[in-house]
Amino acid sequence: MSNISEAPSEGMEGFVDDWASDKDAFKGVSWGKAMMWIFLLSDTFIFSCFLIGYLAVRTTTVIPWPNASEVFALTIAGEHVPLLLIAIMTFVLITSSGTMAMAVNCGYARKPKAAATLMIITALFGVTFVGMQVFEWSKLIEDGVRPWGNPFGAPQFGSIFFMVTGFHGFHVSIGVIYLIVVALKILRGDYEERGYEIVEITGLYWHFVDLVWVFIFAFFYLW
Amino acid sequence: MDNSEQDSHQQHPISTYFKVWGLLFVLSALSYWVDYAQLQGFWRWTLILLFMFLKAGFIVAIFMHMVWERMAFALAILGPPVILLVFIALMASEGSYIELVRTLFFVNQG
Repeated sequence: MSNISEAPSEGMEGFVDDWASDKDAFKGVSWGKAMMWIFLLSDTFIFSCFLIGYLAVRTTTVIPWPNASEVFALTIAGEHVPLLLIAIMTFVLITSSGTMAMAVNCGYARKPKAAATLMIITALFGVTFVGMQVFEWSKLIEDGVRPWGNPFGAPQFGSIFFMVTGFHGFHVSIGVIYLIVVALKILRGDYEERGYEIVEITGLYWHFVDLVWVFIFAFFYLW
Repeated sequence: MDNSEQDSHQQHPISTYFKVWGLLFVLSALSYWVDYAQLQGFWRWTLILLFMFLKAGFIVAIFMHMVWERMAFALAILGPPVILLVFIALMASEGSYIELVRTLFFVNQG
């Protein structure tokens, strides 16, 4: 207790000190934020297991893997554009990440109305994303892609696709609900006394959803 | 407002967010371009992974504020996923072995 007035040391020395201090290892991190991060850490392992399962299935199959660039191409005005819908979905999600970051900023600047509005806008981008995913799914189902087979190549393509994008879309949908609930609570004045760290915690979840999409986009659509 | 809440505030200039936001757009456009230009082989995989890690890094570091957190917290969260590299290596090596066995089996059959 004697050194409580000293500023905590930084870097590796700080790492050792903080863990050795026998309590309050995460200085300056509220419990809510730490718990959200730990939840996201566990979610990282779930998504990683899915992507590693995809790796295992794709390397072991002797049937050629469908060319994602072709499967997800759209024909617009007679022009064949590869991955167009996926590119738009990527940009929609990044845009929503930006509005979320601005909401966090407004929250800490004690502008609750602006923060709540930006969170609702973020949620609307999320709904747009899920809507486009529904379109993508129905188009693929129309093309004959099923969890047990498809006309383009290796039958595992469908099961991996529906599982990975489905689980991600489920996360986005939950995120939309989460954002709307927190935004409404902000507007009701629930956080007037406690402060608006909740916006940052909600933001962590939302940015994580965007983060997972970065990996899905690279490994599933581009690889 | 107590002190601990004051400390955990992550307030940063909005211009930082805008710069990273713009950068994420550029990186996404570049990774889409990799597919659009139909790059193949070494450059395709290298560029896809490079743009992916840059995007992921900026999201975690800036949008999720990890660069401003203390080392004790950053290592507690970012350390454990490193073990996934072992899992990936194991499955990749197992996967190529199974593929070899399957290929041999189907060649012998046909």
